[in-house]
Amino acid sequence: MYQILEKNCLASQVFRFVILAPDIARKAQPGQFIIIRLDETGERIPLTISDSDPVRGTLTLFVQAVGKTSLEMSRMNSGDMILDVVGPLGNPTEIDRFGTVVIVGGGFGIAAIHPIVRALTRAGNKTISILGARSKELLILEDEMVTVSTEVQVVTDDGSRGTKGRVTDILQTLIAKKVLIDRVIAIGPLIMMKAIAYLTRPHKIPTLVSMNPIMIDGTGMCGACRVMVGGEMKFACVDGPEFDGHAVDFEGLLNRLKSYIPEEAEAKEKFLSETKGTCRLEKTSGVI
Amino acid sequence: MTDNTRSKKNKAPRTKAPEQSPEVRRKNFKEVSLGYSPAMAQLEASRCIQCKKPKCVIGCPVRVAIPDFIKQIADGNFIEAAQIIKESNALPAVTGRVCPQEDQCEKHCVIGIKGEPLAIGKLERFVADYERLHREVKPLQIAPPTGKKIALIGAGPAGLAAAGDLAKWGHEVVIFEALHKPGGVLFYGIPEFRLPKEILEAELDYLKRLGIEIKVNYVIGKIKTLDELMHEDGFDAIFIGTGAGLPYFLGIPGENLNGVYSANEFLTRINLMHAWEFPDFDTPVHPHKNFIVIGGGNTALDAARTALRLPTTEKVTLLYRRTREEMPARLEEIEHGEAEGIEFEYLANPVAIQGSNGWVSEIVCQKMQLGEADSSNRRRPYPVEGSEFSITADAVIIALGSGSNPLLAKSDSDLKTDSHGHIELADPDINATSRTGVFAGGDIVTGAATVISAMGAGKKAAQGIHNYVMSL
Repeated sequence: MYQILEKNCLASQVFRFVILAPDIARKAQPGQFIIIRLDETGERIPLTISDSDPVRGTLTLFVQAVGKTSLEMSRMNSGDMILDVVGPLGNPTEIDRFGTVVIVGGGFGIAAIHPIVRALTRAGNKTISILGARSKELLILEDEMVTVSTEVQVVTDDGSRGTKGRVTDILQTLIAKKVLIDRVIAIGPLIMMKAIAYLTRPHKIPTLVSMNPIMIDGTGMCGACRVMVGGEMKFACVDGPEFDGHAVDFEGLLNRLKSYIPEEAEAKEKFLSETKGTCRLEKTSGVI
Repeated sequence: MTDNTRSKKNKAPRTKAPEQSPEVRRKNFKEVSLGYSPAMAQLEASRCIQCKKPKCVIGCPVRVAIPDFIKQIADGNFIEAAQIIKESNALPAVTGRVCPQEDQCEKHCVIGIKGEPLAIGKLERFVADYERLHREVKPLQIAPPTGKKIALIGAGPAGLAAAGDLAKWGHEVVIFEALHKPGGVLFYGIPEFRLPKEILEAELDYLKRLGIEIKVNYVIGKIKTLDELMHEDGFDAIFIGTGAGLPYFLGIPGENLNGVYSANEFLTRINLMHAWEFPDFDTPVHPHKNFIVIGGGNTALDAARTALRLPTTEKVTLLYRRTREEMPARLEEIEHGEAEGIEFEYLANPVAIQGSNGWVSEIVCQKMQLGEADSSNRRRPYPVEGSEFSITADAVIIALGSGSNPLLAKSDSDLKTDSHGHIELADPDINATSRTGVFAGGDIVTGAATVISAMGAGKKAAQGIHNYVMSL
């Protein structure tokens, strides 16, 4: 059992959890993930490790309440127990002194890039973080990203915060300004990562994207998370989760992510009807 | 015994164990074989001629004292019979169900030369079940503590067998399991109707009562390295029994369509995650109608028979590129599958999976013919030119076996592996690896094989570990 120590709500349906998992916290590195199962009838879902504190023995996780399990977790509180936590899984992000690195975080993906940017900046890189969200209300971790990045650019679909537009517009501008970019890392919705990879390909900028496919065991045993990369079958759990964005078959993955949409909706409906809950947005604490 | 009674026993037919009828069982997950009653068990046991040099024991990878336990059954001493088995086999209710006895103990049974061999597997299962149901399971005598700590990686058949022996000899034993339930393939792979989970859990409880600790959710290689286990956590020796957990795919077009599963994924969804009870359990499996299962091993049969039991399934077809003769699956499983209504398409090799809207719609195959015997002593199949044909399907399960999982070996540069990623043994007599104090056994060494051969390897390694730690 793994105890929830802290929980707060950062934006509509986006929650931050701090859980006690000392052995995992000792080993976790940026880019890795865990798999959780909330209770005996629960499913196993992967969650990115957004931060870890080996001294306190804690992991920080961000959860967006979209499906049954994430919704159920979003209703758990500090003091509650999570039945199973496994990790750290996947390969850590390669951290080296590359030069200038542009890191793109889309929506909820900002939580995933935060530890990566911090590590890259510490390693002596110039880090330009591009943070994208649909609107100001959905933008998370802006202050924290400013702290860990050399430079931050914010972009929202509706212009309610930062520039109006898309993350690709910002990257396009950087490229047009002839900013020398040694590497791009993009984490967010598949469509966004695909667009970023499409943009950097003609400029031959090495681009890494992080895959989050359907996964069960997370150790290479089931093969559900398979992704085609450069015509070769890879398993996101043991070969990834980061892959060369110019080689990933995004279309194939987009299709595979659709495989359980009806079942996910059914499970969520059932959960909502049984808990009779209308989702009330908790007060944003804003404290990280 | 006179020659006359001996020959009578030879001629007595093998006692059949009752089974759920195929019509009933094809729609439930309850166990197919119902097992012997005490009277049936005694009748069957009385067929044993108590050979002075029992060949059946040689056929058993863990060397159960077969004639001794059979004699106890014949005399009605069922608990004593169970105790004899447990001297050499910690999981008799499991092996009594899943061992390929026809290729092991029963293959060597002398009365099988002229008649039918003794039903050793069914008898083993009977006594294990009897002992459990009568709540008389007594832990074995445990040696005084040695003060030695042994880490076992993977709570599958190899690790569990090693754990049983090591605990008996007085060592402190901790098993690290990556999944949230121990058992390995016995839990996630073998379906309920062949090995009820309740029985597996009872056997795991027995191991826990021997003092074995099982830590779930521990992926060694990620959360801890072998070095850390030895130098920080103070383990004197390590056994690696992580199994063959990396499913093979075919490498044909269409394998990433929705509705295509590895047998591991499909069986894990059902067995470990209870997908057949969705939405009471969160993990779903899509409601398919027409399944194609590719492969001829026990896992293919398990997947096919599991698919058949799902409520929306109308048809399950198993494709195998050779014929029934060459199928590696146990004959009993093939016969069960046939009786339940699985369709078998022999000499068929899949060449492409086709889809519409991102989902499987049909599978294209070519007809094969058999040529000369190959290195596995089975006749090698060749494609017949221009013989392509299609079968409609909305789900395809690929059951071609598993390669070695690289996760642990990758985390330790001192551990030697071969070109397939299997851990190499420096001393196969004691299952020692290239690293001092680290032993390995089961599928991670040999590639995918059987439960009992993994258990045999676990026991051999346990002996090696025992000698090693006692010499420290």
